[in-house]
Amino acid sequence: MAAANQIKFGVSLYSYQEEYFLRQMSLEDCIAAAARIGAFGIESIAEQMMPGFPNLPDSFYECWHGWMAQYGTVPTCHDAMLDTKKYKGRLLTDEECVVEFERDLKHAARLGCKVVRVLCMVSPEIMAQAVPIAEKYDVKMGIEVHAPYHFDHPWIMRHLETAERLGTRHYGLVPDMGIFTKRLPRVARDRMERLGATPRILDFVCAAYESGVLSEYVIFETKKMGGNPLDVAWAEQCRHSVYTPAKRLTEYMPFIFHIHAKFYEMLDDGTEYSIPYDKIIPALQAGGYQGYLSSEYEGNRHIQDAYAVDSVEQVRRQHEMFHRLCSSTGGHQHV
Amino acid sequence: MFDRYMICADTVRNLTRGGKVVGFEFGARIAYYRGLGLSMVEDLAVTLDGEKIPRECVRFTVGDKIFSLDQMETEYEARWEFGEIATVSVLKENGLSPGEHTLELTEQLRVSYMPFPIQGRDRKTIVASA
Repeated sequence: MAAANQIKFGVSLYSYQEEYFLRQMSLEDCIAAAARIGAFGIESIAEQMMPGFPNLPDSFYECWHGWMAQYGTVPTCHDAMLDTKKYKGRLLTDEECVVEFERDLKHAARLGCKVVRVLCMVSPEIMAQAVPIAEKYDVKMGIEVHAPYHFDHPWIMRHLETAERLGTRHYGLVPDMGIFTKRLPRVARDRMERLGATPRILDFVCAAYESGVLSEYVIFETKKMGGNPLDVAWAEQCRHSVYTPAKRLTEYMPFIFHIHAKFYEMLDDGTEYSIPYDKIIPALQAGGYQGYLSSEYEGNRHIQDAYAVDSVEQVRRQHEMFHRLCSSTGGHQHV
Repeated sequence: MFDRYMICADTVRNLTRGGKVVGFEFGARIAYYRGLGLSMVEDLAVTLDGEKIPRECVRFTVGDKIFSLDQMETEYEARWEFGEIATVSVLKENGLSPGEHTLELTEQLRVSYMPFPIQGRDRKTIVASA
């Protein structure tokens, strides 16, 4: 029971990308917005909100630590990208990838982050080579388990096997809660309708996905129904979305360094439309998770063509839900 | 994503050199959730009133550096940052005639974790002044 409520709360500043992109919020404003709702763990993407990366001056890092002190926030995770296709016509070699990794690990360490999010396409072989560097900087590398990957996918299983074989504390996972997509996001469905998809077919696909019908059947049926290319594209979305058992979080707990609390739409009733956090949080508590639930709002891309985006309010609602769900299982503690 | 914000319509203007209109230019944002090095910006396809502008007539300015699309292919330092308004210039004799035009921009970006390049597309009605 002691470990039941040690989940910490944070925000990936990715959540506020709409407002940052439009220069309505600065990097400091984003940090302040997270702090205001008691989400003190700050995750960042340097290539999104730290212009000049990887050549940031010392003054940037001083300023960053100043903000952390001022807002009472804690750096949690740096999201590394790794541009393997930087050169036209060839991929980076493994050696070049490791050099890029060192750059990112160093940056994370300077920010004060304990974790680096690594994109799931990075191979276990490259990860194995990067482990000594991660150990040197004492920053953990977490492969992002992001749909259509999931815990039981052969690629992720290879990562786990490699991490286990190396016996290091610096190689694990950062699961993205999009792997628990029970229902296709309504905001994405509605956008397809605005673009010209057929409402009846969109609804058919949503229902089929929710009942677990194999993607290939859904795509075939959509074509048979006379679906237009947008309808078929929506059906193909079933292939890119996954709903996996929440208990995997409990089972893989020793490998989970950090969590992307992905969401698309917080409803007025305080629930998320697609992702059942009421199942996720108990599974994390059962495993004694002590890391961060780091908000990752991704609804803006689905509504920005037609509606004003309010990422700050969406994130606030998600945290209200977290607090409710955590306290319903026995009172939570702040960071 | 961010497609509708790609073309900054209120920045469109004719480009004058030595008293002569040699083309037009406009502000543009990246259709992606982070910035990219220019070598990964594969194409900036501009269409004016339904007519495709030849690739060699397009220039891209970021910071204070100007690039042709071919030069961008091997540019490994300069970046187009997230939300940054860069300038897309089009070399076209006499530039834009006064009045309404339809301007279309398609960005093709080589994103490493995607099996194929991603595209963003924006089309806006713009008004050129006399």
